[in-house]
Amino acid sequence: MIEATQTKKGTDPYLSSFAQLQKELEGKQPPWLQQIRKAAISRFSDLGFPTSRQEEWKYTEVAPIRRTLFRPAAYEPNGLPTERLTGLTFANLQCPRLVFLNGHYSAELSSLKGLPETVQVKSLAEVLEQNPDLVKPHLTQHAQYEDHPFVALNTALIQDGALVHVSKGEVIQEPIHLLFLSTAAEEVVAVHPRNLILVDSNSQVTIVESYIGLHKGVYFTNSVTEIVVAENAVVDHYKLHQESRKAFHIDTLQVHQDRSSSVRTFNATLGGELTRNEVNVVLDGEGAECNLNGLYLISGTQHVDNHTRLEHAKPHCDSREMYKGILDEKATGVFHGRIVVRPGAQKTDSKQTNNNLLLSDDALINTKPQLEIYANDVKCTHGATIGQLDPEALFYLRTRGIDRTTARSLLIYAFASQVVNRIKVDLVRTELDDYLFSWLPAGHLVREAI
Amino acid sequence: MLEIKNLHVKADGKEILRGVDLKVNAGEVHSIMGPNGSGKSTLAQVIAGRESYEITDGEVIYQGKDLLEMAPEDRARQGIFLAFQYPVEIPGVSNTYFLKAALNALRKERGEEEVDAMDFLALIKEKMKLLGMDETLISRPVNEGFSGGEKKRNEIFQMVVLEPKLAILDETDSGLDIDALKIVAAGVNSLRSPERSFIVVTHYQRMLNYIVPDAVHVLYEGRIVKSGGKELALELEEKGYTWLEDKTAAAVNS
Ligand SMILES: Nc1ncnc2c1ncn2[C@@H]1O[C@H](COP(=O)(O)OP(=O)(O)O)[C@@H](O)[C@H]1O
Ligand SMILES: [Mg+2]
Repeated sequence: MIEATQTKKGTDPYLSSFAQLQKELEGKQPPWLQQIRKAAISRFSDLGFPTSRQEEWKYTEVAPIRRTLFRPAAYEPNGLPTERLTGLTFANLQCPRLVFLNGHYSAELSSLKGLPETVQVKSLAEVLEQNPDLVKPHLTQHAQYEDHPFVALNTALIQDGALVHVSKGEVIQEPIHLLFLSTAAEEVVAVHPRNLILVDSNSQVTIVESYIGLHKGVYFTNSVTEIVVAENAVVDHYKLHQESRKAFHIDTLQVHQDRSSSVRTFNATLGGELTRNEVNVVLDGEGAECNLNGLYLISGTQHVDNHTRLEHAKPHCDSREMYKGILDEKATGVFHGRIVVRPGAQKTDSKQTNNNLLLSDDALINTKPQLEIYANDVKCTHGATIGQLDPEALFYLRTRGIDRTTARSLLIYAFASQVVNRIKVDLVRTELDDYLFSWLPAGHLVREAI
Repeated sequence: MLEIKNLHVKADGKEILRGVDLKVNAGEVHSIMGPNGSGKSTLAQVIAGRESYEITDGEVIYQGKDLLEMAPEDRARQGIFLAFQYPVEIPGVSNTYFLKAALNALRKERGEEEVDAMDFLALIKEKMKLLGMDETLISRPVNEGFSGGEKKRNEIFQMVVLEPKLAILDETDSGLDIDALKIVAAGVNSLRSPERSFIVVTHYQRMLNYIVPDAVHVLYEGRIVKSGGKELALELEEKGYTWLEDKTAAAVNS
């Protein structure tokens, strides 16, 4: 099933995919995008897959991705019964949704009922065919591919994903759900979803992006989302990851913020065998603020790498960051939080926290803050902790008659809830809570108790 | 109710209890006094089931059973309660749900039905009133941000809700003003009955004016060096513990 006969560099199959896609798209894509694709694939070919000798990839070994021969997913966007989604975490939120099946827009599963016309929510493939000028100023302009082979690969192979455009001054009450489903079971496929979210000035929107595997297949999701936030706009972004436990998932969220805008992100990683989440935010206007949150809850041999990069480019911006990790069995994790304060970005106020709970002796986490400060009047703090459950607290609970398993579950839940409680969308918080209750050995008792 | 025989306990390789004997019958109140570092908290924690101590010799029999074989939660379910000298803060776990889970665990053991939310609320409101506690404390995380006095009161509050058979109070009086002390004592006295026993660990005689003990023991360097009636507490208060040093030195030399 998995062929290990690749060239060492492993880029060849993707170059073939690119050639194939070029043929399919002939005459159907704008020339400017064609140019960008070419530059991107050539960059990917030059860079090759990252190795652990590179600082940015030191603790995350992507050789299993390089060695696996993935094929592009077939175009079969319809035919999946909606009932297949019932009971799946993050798949069935009661709100307007755009659904992608193995990377391709599924009109059948999507429903935008209830959304006002002041917001455009469309398949990017459709927009590129019908109205490419709408996305030209922004698509591929924010997520840099020069030094990033996976972003380069995604850029070269852009096919589909979501386009969301909120018009000036509009407040969209209901969350918009972008649901990426994988039905890979036996077939070893790669998908490269690409999303663009444009939020005009003074408007407000909540986006929930989820990635879910329906089977236990080996597949590769390589996604990129660009969010462009204009002056005084407010964006809430949730990225929920419940891919197959054999899947590879590499994701970049690139956010560009203008003056006085406000962005809140939440990244929940539950699934996948190998995951890399990058969240890059550029605070590019005075008075902008952002709040990055994350929870990774992993076990088995899962590996999760969260890389965040906060760039304070203008003065008077605030950033807050809280990531929490719970690692059991042989799970391994990486947290790398970089904060860059550009010259002149005075009065920057930035605070980063990363707390990790190791539930077994074999679990491992590498956590590293990295501050690069080129201005003198700034406030930047960071704190990272790695620990086990507090034995004092455990003993205290047990002396009150609460058994060991329940006491442990209570303490783990309490640890997670400090970040889960920051989720503002009830639909999402409830789903994540439900997942926690099912994950914890005495979760049902914890649920009753709270 | 409880019988401790020749109990030897080590922590980090250091012998802390060096042969403790103690017998507490149902309905009795025993006080254990002694200077700092004499092993009072160690004794209390070992009875409650702390696993980080190494029991090198001796036995503890509780209601006819080998207590040292039991997990802390089983001891609690059999009626043992420890009011901690330093109650633990548990961020993210609210006082209400912690106490409800605890109460239901004990009720289940006794073959009783779980309390429903309404009855539980009524119960805790009544007990909080008894202890003069601020009602907002109950929705806060366990002991988090509580003052020293609030933590101590919270221990007694848990005790009156859980109604143990054997309660051990580890310096619950330390750091309390006289009004708080009276409230804590009233809480203890409200539970006193022929079936219930108390071990009151204290540093000061003051508390024993309100909770009158049947016996007073002096723990010194890991051993009970003297036992007597309630007047022994007054004598200790007057003479201090240095008086004992001479006595033990004499005992060791003879
Ligand atoms: N877990 C432990 N590890 C090492 N030493 C301990 C531990 N617990 C207590 N001790 C030591 O044992 C002695 C008795 O402590 P403790 O029982 O707390 O006394 P008391 O409560 O009478 O003040 C002290 O010297 C203390 O430092
Ligand atoms: Mg003590």
